[in-house]
Amino acid sequence: MSTPTLTAASPPDPAAPTGRRSLRQIDPRTKRRAATSAAMKGLLTAVMAAACVPLLLILYVVAERGWHVINLHFFTQDTLPFRLEGGGFRQGFVGSFLIMALAIPMAVGFGIAAAVYLVEYGKGKKLAVLVRFVTDVMTGVPSIFVGLFVYAVLVIGTVRIGFGTLPAAVAIAIVMLPIVVRSSEEMLKLVPDHLRSASLGLGARRWQTTTKVVLPAAAPGLATGSMLAIARGAGETAPLILTGLGSFTMTVYLVGERQASLPQLIHQNAVQPFPPGIDRAWGGALCLVLITLLFTVVARTISARFSARREGM
Amino acid sequence: MTLSPPPVRGQLRGTSRGRLADPFFKALMTTSGVLVLALLAFMIIRTTADSWPIFAKEGLGFFTGTEWRAGQTRDLPEIHGTYGAWPFMYGTLVTAAIALAIALPVAVAVAVYITQLSPRRLRGPLSYAVETLAAVPSIVYGLWGLLFFLPVVMRPLMELLNRWFGAFFLFEGPVFGLSYFAAGVVLAIMILPIMTAIIREVFAAAPGAELQAAYGLGATQWEVIRKVLLPRSYSGIVGGAMLGLGRAIGETVAVAMLVGGSQRMGYSLFFAGDTMAAHIFNTFQDALPETVLGLMAIGVALFVFTFIVNVLARLLVWRAGRNLGDAAV
Repeated sequence: MSTPTLTAASPPDPAAPTGRRSLRQIDPRTKRRAATSAAMKGLLTAVMAAACVPLLLILYVVAERGWHVINLHFFTQDTLPFRLEGGGFRQGFVGSFLIMALAIPMAVGFGIAAAVYLVEYGKGKKLAVLVRFVTDVMTGVPSIFVGLFVYAVLVIGTVRIGFGTLPAAVAIAIVMLPIVVRSSEEMLKLVPDHLRSASLGLGARRWQTTTKVVLPAAAPGLATGSMLAIARGAGETAPLILTGLGSFTMTVYLVGERQASLPQLIHQNAVQPFPPGIDRAWGGALCLVLITLLFTVVARTISARFSARREGM
Repeated sequence: MTLSPPPVRGQLRGTSRGRLADPFFKALMTTSGVLVLALLAFMIIRTTADSWPIFAKEGLGFFTGTEWRAGQTRDLPEIHGTYGAWPFMYGTLVTAAIALAIALPVAVAVAVYITQLSPRRLRGPLSYAVETLAAVPSIVYGLWGLLFFLPVVMRPLMELLNRWFGAFFLFEGPVFGLSYFAAGVVLAIMILPIMTAIIREVFAAAPGAELQAAYGLGATQWEVIRKVLLPRSYSGIVGGAMLGLGRAIGETVAVAMLVGGSQRMGYSLFFAGDTMAAHIFNTFQDALPETVLGLMAIGVALFVFTFIVNVLARLLVWRAGRNLGDAAV
């Protein structure tokens, strides 16, 4: 910047009739500062526009290359060998559905309970501060490490149930857990204290207040937090390779048999050289993007309305 | 609805079951909270214990050695291979550095634009779009990077850079395509939305009165951004950058598809290499029991790495003075 300080007085202008500078007076330095400002604003706008290009390009390319692959067979047939046209991702959709159906109750139940602890019982306690901090840190734990951990404990370790749906679900639940805890905590904090006081004043016990007043009042917020976590969990790939391993046919067993999933099938089909398989990968990617974006958009929309209503109260 | 007779005190306080449920409910919720702590502790203890034979055999050589030759033995815990993880650590550092170098300035610019410059009506939709894009799964970035971005954009760019700056060791040829550089650039695109979301929150927490005061003194918009907003948000920006760095270090699938999976480390950005997460991902399916232990040792090192980065980042973002909530997702 050319101007060292904002408050530095400019030399008195001898031509000024009153001896005091008009606020409207424009000297060359003011012009230069205005020009710098305009230039930097232009630069920032240009960077903003440039940043949008690759992100929109991803959505466009996936949609453009994926849409013609998707038809009924895509959802009702198992994957054919990479060289063959046709076939679908049925086992991936079923596998992902089963994995999520197991992971969601685990992560949401456990996560909301932990959030209730943080908001209702842990206020001001050192333990709660530690739990909150660890949860924050856990959002940054690489998902591949979670996969390794579940592999070490459930697949080969103490429990030794082998690859399958259940270990995959546990891994996804661990990835989702911190997101559920933190977003649920924020939502529970938004429940006004006078609701709690009213309930307690009517003679309800603490647990009754929590389950019958606080949780229902925060329900839309809890749902949005869970949906954001679901969107994140549904797109995870790395831990699934280490826990579900993948499968060429549809399986509905929870343990003992390798389980496929949508992200894992996309990866498998994308890294081989035959066009039919690559086409299927684009189709799968389009489905996956649509699923995760749908969950995110619905969650963010509800969340925006919910917090607007809260602020208005 | 019929009116009931006025309750006596015993009824008002609920049944004895209700009374007994209180401490039980409290214990249940507290246990859930503490279990989150226990889970993280168990994760690190279990994986470290399992991979201990590798660390015991290699010592510090695990971090400095450049040779990774996984052993074939099946009678664990006997270890025969050589495990030097430096090539993977180098790959992780280089790809994350490229990603951060590209994404940080852009994320700051976008966050400044959204919070200060954009028309008020666009502000909400723009933040919304950024947060939505953060949800695109990494496998999609990997697929797009491998089959579209790399051949169409990156390869020509890399050849150009190689022609102009080929004498400099970072841009040495030959240009293969799959490389640290390709992985780093796609990684930058991946972490951009999440970093923007965090830094935008940090800017939103900057004291509005100080910005208004600067305007009142006659500062131009750029001067307010440069001299008030950015200095006031400095620690938050550093924290946001480190959260992005943590993401970049731990990111697996997209990097595994683009970095090339070569164990021969080269210092040029255009050489194929491997990162810690990508190496685990790519070799796991063909791994023998001893190799799995080696991979788990890499996982532990990776965890410690991201753990340190994340703890520092969280402390800085917390100091920026606003609870980030689910924006940090």
